[in-house]
Amino acid sequence: MAELFHRKIERTAIGFVLAIIAAASVGGIIEIAPLFTIDETVEEAPDMRPYTPLELAGRNVYMREGCYACHSQMIRTLRDDVDRYGPYSLAVESRYDHPMLWGSKRTGPDLARIGGKYSDIWHVAHLTNPRDVVPQSNMPSYPWLARTSLRTEDLGLHLKAQQQIGVPYTDEMIANAARDALGQALPDSDYAAGVQERYGDKAQISAFDGVTTELTEMDALVAYLQVLGTLTDAAYENTVAPEEAPDAEDLAAGSATTSGGR
Amino acid sequence: MMVSQLTRGEREVSILIAAAVALCGLALAIAGRNDPLGVHGAFVLVGGVALIAFLLSRLDSPEPDVSLRPSEYYDDPIKVGIALSMLWAVFGMFVGVWVAAELAWPFLNFDTAWLSFGRLRPAHTTGVIFGFGGNALIATSFHVVQRTSRARLAGQVSPWFVLLGYNLFCFIAVSGYLMGLTQSKEYAEPEWYADLWLVVVWVTYFVLYLRTIARRKEPHIYVANWYFMAFIVVVAILHIVNNLAIPVSLGHAWSYPIWSGVQDAMVQWWYGHNAVAFFLTAGFLGMMYYYLPKRAERPIFSYRLSILSFWGITFFYMWAGSHHLHYTALPHWVQTLGMTFSIMLLVPSWASAGNAILTLNGAWHKVRDDATLRFMFVAAVFYGLSTFEGSFLAIRPVNSLSHYTDWTVGHVHAGALGWVALITFGSIYTLVPSLWKRERMYSAALVEVHFWLALIGTLIYVFAMWNSGIVQGLMWRTYTESGTLAYSFLDSLVAMYPYYIARTLGGFLFLLGAIVGCYNIWMTVRASPAAAETAPKDLPDARWAEGTATTPAE
Ligand code: HEM
Ligand code: HEM
Repeated sequence: MAELFHRKIERTAIGFVLAIIAAASVGGIIEIAPLFTIDETVEEAPDMRPYTPLELAGRNVYMREGCYACHSQMIRTLRDDVDRYGPYSLAVESRYDHPMLWGSKRTGPDLARIGGKYSDIWHVAHLTNPRDVVPQSNMPSYPWLARTSLRTEDLGLHLKAQQQIGVPYTDEMIANAARDALGQALPDSDYAAGVQERYGDKAQISAFDGVTTELTEMDALVAYLQVLGTLTDAAYENTVAPEEAPDAEDLAAGSATTSGGR
Repeated sequence: MMVSQLTRGEREVSILIAAAVALCGLALAIAGRNDPLGVHGAFVLVGGVALIAFLLSRLDSPEPDVSLRPSEYYDDPIKVGIALSMLWAVFGMFVGVWVAAELAWPFLNFDTAWLSFGRLRPAHTTGVIFGFGGNALIATSFHVVQRTSRARLAGQVSPWFVLLGYNLFCFIAVSGYLMGLTQSKEYAEPEWYADLWLVVVWVTYFVLYLRTIARRKEPHIYVANWYFMAFIVVVAILHIVNNLAIPVSLGHAWSYPIWSGVQDAMVQWWYGHNAVAFFLTAGFLGMMYYYLPKRAERPIFSYRLSILSFWGITFFYMWAGSHHLHYTALPHWVQTLGMTFSIMLLVPSWASAGNAILTLNGAWHKVRDDATLRFMFVAAVFYGLSTFEGSFLAIRPVNSLSHYTDWTVGHVHAGALGWVALITFGSIYTLVPSLWKRERMYSAALVEVHFWLALIGTLIYVFAMWNSGIVQGLMWRTYTESGTLAYSFLDSLVAMYPYYIARTLGGFLFLLGAIVGCYNIWMTVRASPAAAETAPKDLPDARWAEGTATTPAE
């Protein structure tokens, strides 16, 4: 019977194509559509703020250089992930991430909570040549970042585009985008005060690459790295205990010798 | 060759299309003059103008006899497609070997932006998947649809538009990464203007394919075409949904996807996994269902299994994407669904692999003697292996170990080298002699050499990554007796170096095999055609050997 039926639809190309579309649509619709309608999918976090223009520019550098190919930004709900990298990632933490940068490969460590873990100077040295600070590292060097000045004049357009797809940038933030980018890397300037006015006291003002005469891509990237994991405190509140790796005992038995965390 | 089969009118249409493309390039170049977008605009403009010049120079060359068309197949675009596919193979695999070496010896990044791992890695994946794989799919689908329908392609200019337009997309993509243009979505990195262009090309492909099938002289649509249709249709859906984005301005190459956070993650891996399913699997199954029975000169083992596996794959795969997001912030119920369907997916996957292998029953002596058929046999075995591995990795507890490690990369290349690349080489070695009307490939010995280089390369690569991945995963989760983590991240990285070196070696052998293949194809094309009497008849009206291989056994 079924075979006869199939013999029939094999005779019409359009019918066959429609059948393919029907069969292939179900899974996606059932798994994706509810993510927009079920409220628990993304937690409430009233303190969550969007990126400052400098951080956003740094995020774009991070994407451009393909950092996401080697670094994840998604701490799983597993005990060893949590012990190594900090509280597991919540959906709300990447709520304003267009696109998300969760990653799929850890050639290097996870970066979801890298913010504040190292000093700005360490990051600059590390990005300029990783082997200066971590001799065994296989990460590429990015010496051109500190030499390339950051393009700021169009940052307002970037914020505007993000606003159109739902990131809560105000018109004031958009109008001041270029100025705020400069201000965030110029401590004690008038511009700097504006950044905290618009993005909150916790926005970090720093001469990220150590040079205040020029705003570079290094400033932007370090500003971005330093904000990772600090946009909201939600992950440190009310989260349940992480899961034990399901078969950790069997798999790891006997192989534990050396000590020392990360 | 490109124009000799076009009438003067068709040449004029081609010129108009090239002019329209050049104008688009000009518009992008002007709008993006302060942005990398302008560079791409200029590339397109130059390419369009060069094509116009080429077409104009041949405008008055002799015209073909149109009345002969219905009784002949249209193979010129296929020939060019195969050549492009092999060129991309060498490019993409060379970049693969290079990035593999960069992980082992980081000085190879040479402190240069466009050479650094992060920018080259997508050039590798795009080069092999879309450049090598995509061109092979387009070329073979043009071949298969004509032969199984016994009808000529339903267009003279549109096959060229599809093929060249698609390669323009690949070129824009790869050159964009080197300049730092990427959406950072894996396998969907190209920016908005490239994505829009691909939609135009793909819709043309779809229409061309359906119109050709509509001309068929057989009542039924052959299995291989089901897969090619699924490939074309579903890739279009995936591509459009995952790439919805808003550009910073019409003068900027950069854009922001409309999806964010957890929804973006789900859309991305719904796309990503089904790029595996409908690009790297369905399309290549289409190849397998035609060239394997053809080469073995045996009908497909079971028509029922073909139906089961086709609909199983089409339906189940679309649920499985969430296995890329186990233990993440994606809601648990979606992870569970993804895992469940991934396990069920094993049934249609093995039905396909089994169908292929059982087709060879009774032809094992050919598998032994003929390296071309052996390519396809081993491909089917690797297809079975990597789908088994995939279903296994999709189980949550297993994934807790494998995710983020080289095990995933090992799985990827068991599929990509062992299945995708091997089935392609086998199909191309079957196709090239018949397309160029040669009796056989220039050198059977070189096909044999290629086979062994490819097989050994794949095995070294995959075993190295299985080892490194499992070691890495175990080191990350090992605790000391006092309950602290036993190894630093750096310890696990240091343990990877030997495997990274081994992988580079395996990849190098695989690349070498592809280069040998190129040489062999080139020499076959250069050889003189087989004498007319000995060449098999390959015409729409001749009911040649086709019948036996493409009618179901049952
Ligand atoms: C000469 C052979 C090849 C070599 C040496 C090679 C090498 C590599 C390397 C080094 C990576 C990066 C892994 C990492 O980030 O840790 C990679 C990724 C990848 N390659 Fe290849 N490759 C080869 C052939 C292929 C082919 C033929 C295909 C597809 C048809 C392919 C598809 C991919 C994919 C999809 C990824 C991304 C994997 C992921 O994101 O998990 N490769 N390859
Ligand atoms: C039944 C079939 C299959 C299933 C259930 C499956 C399942 C999986 C799973 C669970 C992962 C790991 C996800 C993660 O932890 O990040 C994965 C990754 C991958 N698989 Fe498969 N797989 C299947 C067949 C294949 C085949 C035939 C290929 C062919 C080339 C393939 C290509 C890939 C690629 C490219 C990735 C890496 C994606 C990325 O992280 O960038 N898979 N697959």
